[in-house]
Amino acid sequence: MGDFSPISGFAGGLLIGLAVALMLLLNGRVAGISGIVGGLLTLRTRDTLWRAAFVAGLVLGALGYLSAADVPVRVLAPLPAILVGGLLVGFGTRLGSGCTSGHGLCGMARLSRRSVVATATFFGVAMLTVFLTRHVF
Amino acid sequence: MASNVFRAAAALASGLVFGLGLAVSGMMDPARVIGFLDVAGDWDPTLAFVMGGALLVAVPAYRFIPRRGRPLLEEEFSLPEKKAIDTPLVGGSALFGVGWGLVGFCPGPAIAALGTGFVPVFAFVAAMLAGMALHARLGGS
Repeated sequence: MGDFSPISGFAGGLLIGLAVALMLLLNGRVAGISGIVGGLLTLRTRDTLWRAAFVAGLVLGALGYLSAADVPVRVLAPLPAILVGGLLVGFGTRLGSGCTSGHGLCGMARLSRRSVVATATFFGVAMLTVFLTRHVF
Repeated sequence: MASNVFRAAAALASGLVFGLGLAVSGMMDPARVIGFLDVAGDWDPTLAFVMGGALLVAVPAYRFIPRRGRPLLEEEFSLPEKKAIDTPLVGGSALFGVGWGLVGFCPGPAIAALGTGFVPVFAFVAAMLAGMALHARLGGS
């Protein structure tokens, strides 16, 4: 457990929760990232500005911390796996109506049955995928 | 028009806090996320603490804020209303799980990590956007 860091994890989690609360209180929306980004790909002008602003904030907020602290970003998968994985994450999150933020966080917080099923599915399948790629093949 | 600008400013603020939180949490690091998913290996439970911290704020937020009747900058709440546990929900989540397990990136951390300038991050986000566009092209909502 060399990487285990419960305190920074918990502190980051509180901030993520605060971001979710802000989105709900101000704009009345779920802070689901695959939905916000996916909505940018289909042109609906009324929503484009706030969606783009959220994505810009996401990059800039992380960049602010990256420039101040040492944040490891270790992408260890080979390029073909990165491309296949990216395609599956993009297509799958849109087909399944959400990702870790929309289902795993907002949906669980709303006690949505759909989100509980989705979250159990993607966590379970991801764990199985890691098991197969790391310990079997 | 002005209200659109306020809504965008609110979304920017939420995005900034979200991005900062992802960076602080360590979840922008795919190797660490895979460390959580690898239950048979050298298991790193940090992700559970991130989820715990986030839910500690999000659960009361979703319990109390909707009682206001309307959000501050919109006429009404726009929350998902679907109830059915259907094939797209489970199938899509399973496909997402395979991709997440292969790379260790889900959408938020991948986009937040663009600021590193790392080529593999850009490759992942480009493929992810292509997957999303493919879904839209096939008539998905």
